[in-house]
Amino acid sequence: MLLRTQKLGIDFGGLKAVDAVDLVIGAGAVTAIIGPNGAGKSTLFNLLNGFHKPTSGRIFFEGDDITGLPSHRIARRGISRTFQTTRLFPTASALENVLIGYRMHTRTNLWDAILRTPRARREEAECRDRAMRVLEFVGIPELAPLPVGSLPQEAQKRVAIALALVSQPKLLLLDEPAAGVNANETAALAELIRYIVSSGTTVCLVEHKMRMVMALADTIIVLNHGQKIAEGPPDQICSDPAVIEAYLGGRRDA
Amino acid sequence: MRVPTTRILWLAALLAALAFPFLTDNLYFLSIVITAFITAIAVYGLNVLVGETGQLSLAHAGFFGIGAYTAGILAVRFDLSFWLALPTAVAVTAFLGFLVGMVALRTRGDYFAIFTLGVGVVITGILDLWEGVTGGTDGLIGVPPPTRIGPLTFESLEAQYYLYLFCLALTILAVRNLSRSLVGRTLLAIRNDEHLAEAIGINVGRTKRLSFTISTSLAGFAGALYAPFLGYLGPSVSGLVMMFNMLLYLMIGGAASLAGPLVGTLLLMAATQGLLAFEEYQLLILGPLLVLSIIFAPTGIAGLVNRIGQRLSDRKTKPGPSAAPSSPSPKNRARPSHAPPHAEAGN
Repeated sequence: MLLRTQKLGIDFGGLKAVDAVDLVIGAGAVTAIIGPNGAGKSTLFNLLNGFHKPTSGRIFFEGDDITGLPSHRIARRGISRTFQTTRLFPTASALENVLIGYRMHTRTNLWDAILRTPRARREEAECRDRAMRVLEFVGIPELAPLPVGSLPQEAQKRVAIALALVSQPKLLLLDEPAAGVNANETAALAELIRYIVSSGTTVCLVEHKMRMVMALADTIIVLNHGQKIAEGPPDQICSDPAVIEAYLGGRRDA
Repeated sequence: MRVPTTRILWLAALLAALAFPFLTDNLYFLSIVITAFITAIAVYGLNVLVGETGQLSLAHAGFFGIGAYTAGILAVRFDLSFWLALPTAVAVTAFLGFLVGMVALRTRGDYFAIFTLGVGVVITGILDLWEGVTGGTDGLIGVPPPTRIGPLTFESLEAQYYLYLFCLALTILAVRNLSRSLVGRTLLAIRNDEHLAEAIGINVGRTKRLSFTISTSLAGFAGALYAPFLGYLGPSVSGLVMMFNMLLYLMIGGAASLAGPLVGTLLLMAATQGLLAFEEYQLLILGPLLVLSIIFAPTGIAGLVNRIGQRLSDRKTKPGPSAAPSSPSPKNRARPSHAPPHAEAGN
């Protein structure tokens, strides 16, 4: 068990976007979070990586209580994430975009920078080296020198994943990794995610593409109106009446 | 291929700057160029915060004023040597910058700009009203020129010219090293996207405070050089006209570039001098010029030159299909298709 939440909830002025969610993310597995639009999936991610402070409940990562820590501290503990929309620096090269992700493991300070001390040089070379290796890992080493804005959507998503991976996180949160790419590209990204898990990083993803989720996930957690309504392996989730009702709408007011 | 070109240009600029006092005996020109050098140091400071970190501060001239007055007061009222007054003024400005930054950086975007605008107005107000210390509206009179250091004296304008040129060169070198370092990349990451920066483990708050302090230190440094050069200080050194001039030099020269602040400051200060004969009508010329340059060169002169250089070197390397070195992809990884991104409903 890598991460665990206990009655985790957040209240946006009376609206319970996430409501008393207990979840467990097992180490080395793929956990998928699904649910209809507005179910609270992205908000849950924002809670897990510290963008939002929960109004109730606790989050434990590797047994430590990380509730309320600022997100850069949570990142340093080993939780990394990507975003639904690409937030990369379009005019900078893929390599330059990725290398800053290793910054958290370096100690170059202002004086190192201005005086170009051996430490500044060494750490910069190390960042470049790490960035290049992770671009190889995600399968796009040849795109390293190109500006990210000129790359096709799927390659940009690989760069974003590389940026999240370069710090060698223990848990990678992927927010809709396959949004806006076609079926072939989705399959290629699913393969990449499998490759990431096989190399030892635990993955938790939010995704709408059911075929991808069913093929990838070891455990699926279903959210609706901020609450967890089901949890289990894919085949069990498929036939869960509560899930079917949430997706297809049992009643008009659902 | 373009790196050496840039280096040659910088070297040529340095040689021209070194030779300048020998090419003219017009002391007025010399003093204009010195003023531009000093102002450029402050604009480099502004560039760190506005250009690289993306935080539009309008308190910069205020900190320039604090540096100038600190150095001036120390020299006039305490007879402190320039070489002690200078670091003291920088330290005072850096410390005040750090304090202001702690509060101001709690706001974002437009609110940050408005807040810092207020800080600048308050600083000018204090310089104006604290008569016992600053001399008030009458100003601070009789700031001596830089004191001698060993065999070097700075009585003549030429000697001062080389001193200020040296300070500017030092600033450019420091800023260059900074912006190319991991620290500089951290600043750019914050400008690009604060949320993403946080998510990759960057302490955005602390880094912004660092950037604010660097920026105000350079403003203080420039101010502390300005006081002994001018010999006289009035509250307008920290005023809004000064502030918007600095911002103008930065935008026209090219924000977030190494040459931008220098090019913008030199060019626009020269242009202002050239248009002096037109008196109040000079704004009629400068205004449209500004509008045109923002339309046609939004990245400033440095950006424009860079783009032209890029296009020229692209044309030269045309024969090759792509500039990317093609290294073999690892085993079964599918090459990304270059089909247009499939439009699927996001979220």
